[in-house]
Amino acid sequence: MSKITRVPGYMQSKGNRNRGPIGDREIRYKCSMQNTILDVLRARPGWQEVSGPNTAANQQQPGQKGSATGSQPAKDKNGPATSSTGGTTTTKTSNQTTTPSNQMTGTTTTTKSSIVNRGFPTPQPTPRIVDGDWDFYWCDREWLHANYDTMFLQEHQKILHFRNHYELTRKNLMVKNLKRLRKQTEREMGKKEAESFDFFPTTYELPSEYHIFVEEFKKNPGIIWIMKPAAKSQGRGIFLFRKLKDITDWKKGEYQPLTDPNREVPETYVVQRYIENPYLIGGRKFDIRVYVLVVSYNPLKVWLYRSGFARFSNSRFSLDSIEDAYVHLTNVAVQKTAPDYDPDKGCKWATQQLRQYLTAKHSADAARKVFQGIDNIIIKSLQSVQKIIINDKHCFEMYGYDVLLDSKLKPWLIEINASPSLTASGKDDYDLKYGVLNDVLNVLDLENRLTGKEKRVGGFDLIWDDGPVLADDGSMECSVNGSSTTANSFLGCHSERKKQLREIYTAAQALKKSVAS
Amino acid sequence: MDSHFSPAYLQNLLQTLKSSKIYTDLHNAAQSEIAKTNVRVSELKKGVQSGLAASGWERKLRNTIYQYLQTHALSSHPLSTPAEHIKEPFVYLRKAQQAWEKRILKSLNSMCTELNIPLARKRPDKEQKDLLSRWTELGTDGPDLSQIRPVYAPKDFLEVIMCLQNPNYNAGDSSGTYTLWGLVQLPLKLNDINRLRILYSDMAINQCQTGVDDSGDIPPEMFDSDRVKLGKKVIAGDHGPLAQEYAKKGCPVSLRAELWCQILGIELDEFDTLYYEQLKANVIAHDLLVDSLLYKDVKLTATNDDQYFVFEDYLYQILLPFTRDTEMLKHFSRNSASPPKSYIRGKLGVEEFAVIYPPNGVIPFHGFAMYVAPLCYLYKEPVKLYYVFREIYTRYFFRLHSISSHPQGILCLSLLFETLLQTHEPELFFHLKSVGCQPLKIAFKWLVRAFSGYLSSDQVLLLWDRVLSYNSLEILPILAVAIFSFRKTNLLKVQSYNAAEAVLADLTTLQVIPLIQLGLFSK
Repeated sequence: MSKITRVPGYMQSKGNRNRGPIGDREIRYKCSMQNTILDVLRARPGWQEVSGPNTAANQQQPGQKGSATGSQPAKDKNGPATSSTGGTTTTKTSNQTTTPSNQMTGTTTTTKSSIVNRGFPTPQPTPRIVDGDWDFYWCDREWLHANYDTMFLQEHQKILHFRNHYELTRKNLMVKNLKRLRKQTEREMGKKEAESFDFFPTTYELPSEYHIFVEEFKKNPGIIWIMKPAAKSQGRGIFLFRKLKDITDWKKGEYQPLTDPNREVPETYVVQRYIENPYLIGGRKFDIRVYVLVVSYNPLKVWLYRSGFARFSNSRFSLDSIEDAYVHLTNVAVQKTAPDYDPDKGCKWATQQLRQYLTAKHSADAARKVFQGIDNIIIKSLQSVQKIIINDKHCFEMYGYDVLLDSKLKPWLIEINASPSLTASGKDDYDLKYGVLNDVLNVLDLENRLTGKEKRVGGFDLIWDDGPVLADDGSMECSVNGSSTTANSFLGCHSERKKQLREIYTAAQALKKSVAS
Repeated sequence: MDSHFSPAYLQNLLQTLKSSKIYTDLHNAAQSEIAKTNVRVSELKKGVQSGLAASGWERKLRNTIYQYLQTHALSSHPLSTPAEHIKEPFVYLRKAQQAWEKRILKSLNSMCTELNIPLARKRPDKEQKDLLSRWTELGTDGPDLSQIRPVYAPKDFLEVIMCLQNPNYNAGDSSGTYTLWGLVQLPLKLNDINRLRILYSDMAINQCQTGVDDSGDIPPEMFDSDRVKLGKKVIAGDHGPLAQEYAKKGCPVSLRAELWCQILGIELDEFDTLYYEQLKANVIAHDLLVDSLLYKDVKLTATNDDQYFVFEDYLYQILLPFTRDTEMLKHFSRNSASPPKSYIRGKLGVEEFAVIYPPNGVIPFHGFAMYVAPLCYLYKEPVKLYYVFREIYTRYFFRLHSISSHPQGILCLSLLFETLLQTHEPELFFHLKSVGCQPLKIAFKWLVRAFSGYLSSDQVLLLWDRVLSYNSLEILPILAVAIFSFRKTNLLKVQSYNAAEAVLADLTTLQVIPLIQLGLFSK
């Protein structure tokens, strides 16, 4: 497991070049995940894995979503993708067989420990590692928390997550930020403009806003509310209720310190008005997963992936059984535990399929409006934290947006994930996620193969670059008639990412050659 | 009218019109025209006619006549031809079909005896109520299906077809010069490629097509916007032949549902809804063994399919009433098949106790549900979905699983596939044949299901656009040949049947329209 030796001082000699100092050498990456992303990184030509603490190469990341059970079948299915990088970095997926390196002893416990350790000098970030052994690090959020403040990043280094990504991904903070921007917009631009923020249901934070919530609750008797832990994902700890009594009972149980000795303050929850009239297909409820890549918050630069999926709940939707989580939650993680879950079947549709369905059933315009609404959600939510997120040119973030449609085809924002599950549930799902991740790397372009002016890279379309991005109107002749006003957003549209990539790489190469000569 | 309509044909047409609802409707409309004050007695006929044309009745009549022409082929036989000859002129094919029906029925009956379940039984009241209450979610709690198996699969049907021989035609022993290379050994008249090119000339490469030129990479101003605009005009015209002509270049996704209704002449009124409700009541009253077959089929096909699993409940709402629909029996006058008969218990063989089973005369096979599944993308209301499916089935799909010499029967389609492939890709055909993989063995299931479940759903719909608009199933073998051509490089490398099947296992990435163009016009 020896580290790949480098020519000493290579960094200094090339450090002042414009677009990163990675010339013709390999790009060295670290990855703390065990799933599709690792396959993507390993299969990437010219990329080399760096072993080290907290990487997939020598430890199982316990806090990682989906865990090893999920990631294993995906890799089996895709043998060739994983078989690269030779024997030095053979992945061990079982905790028992893993021997942590010396300096790591004792830190392979749960990720909770690293959160607890926040602010204290932690043993693992030895200077050697944060020094710049890697060019690209797909780290987990916990690692970033623990190390961000103490590390120094070289010009070219890229790392997943922004320092305070939780501003958007914690449900209570997301709502707080959205409410603030909404208020500001209403003040500055009027009520009409502020209505474009009406894409999240009435939400309160518990326990801090408990009293306002109770007031609101009494105003609208009989409606259903949904309670979610602010910091948990994948449907854990969620329940629905109609009576205040249900929540007082739960409060007793939840806020008793006995349940978890480590917890000193009660966990934050959000309570949200439940969307009682979801749009159903075949009697089933679904939500839409949208992949969004943010490469910079200042200026805000947002890429939207064309593909994604709609997750269907396993059973038919009805409001009679509000205690049946299988009906109401569409998270794969929840559905997986449903008694009649069939993993081969997969309760998923590609977003393309959904768009086609909506177009056929309603109209092309109706479908377009749905997806425009989703664009609006993405942009508005990112703007709401634009000034709050600590921008850093080394950081990028891949969000997984969960959007629900109601029976009037209005999209609602359910939540935003900064670590969307990358564990595949089947072959199609694997292909999708493999494509997304590969295109994330293509957009980041550590290889410096693009011109930097592309509006589309693979399946990603640039939808916001310090302002809305308009779609090309295709042919040269058309542009004479004035620029088109359609946004450069193609969610659920046909994506021939491989073909497109080939085209832009050839174009960029040609351009660079002509500039050089 | 043109003279090529024989008097007998016209007589039949008039008969049909007179007994249909449009006759009384027209009658009433004409009467209200007469009652109008601006009609002069001296020009009574003219006035009424122009009045009917203005109020849209003329177009309705035209549409009705057009639908009749579409479904009733001009027959060159004299009036006195026996009905069975009209069903199928060749005696040996008629016999083969009868033998095949007997075999299916026997297998159905033996399953009944083996599992000790009746073909039909009345449901107790409690069960009826229960079924009614969960009509829209029939998929959640279906019958026990562990013992049920499909009566037959396309593979079994292919074996029957392979053994067919025309007794009047001797090709010598199997290695003889006159023996065909393929599996279908029947001398049937086919359209050759030149004829097909003329028939499908609207699909030529120099014509813009929905399914090619509307793809996301091409700006909509180039083609798609105009196409949709034109389509809306066509729909406003509400004229069957017009919609059909338009659909030859494919239907835009958002207009397809309406265009297909116009092509098929489906205009629902309260009687249709009532009739469907009646069928539904019949489903609730009686439990049939075929229900279990259909349940099983849906579970085996659509429920397992990423594209269709959401529609499971819809499928039951269509397929179960379908089995009770005795209107379906009419299509057997054009079908070489005959509805199977069963006898009331203890009266086996006594003709007066014979009942048609299932009531619509169609015994489902493995994959039957896939005829309905793609339509679920188009119609939300089960009633509309039902009538569209029934019309498509009685016009086209029934031919895909009965033995007949009809140019669109499965025999001709299979033979057309083999002949085209031999002509265009002789090297490929010979290679596959010599490694023990007759191409038809792979393509047959595609043909029988009209590609549903093999292609991605949007592509199936684009393909069926062409079936409906050209009023022919011949596009299916053309596509099958094109798929073989398209994967030729890999197919030439295979050394076994399984390997060839693997090469052709996943068709979901294919774009059918460019492929058909390739198959038809490239050489």
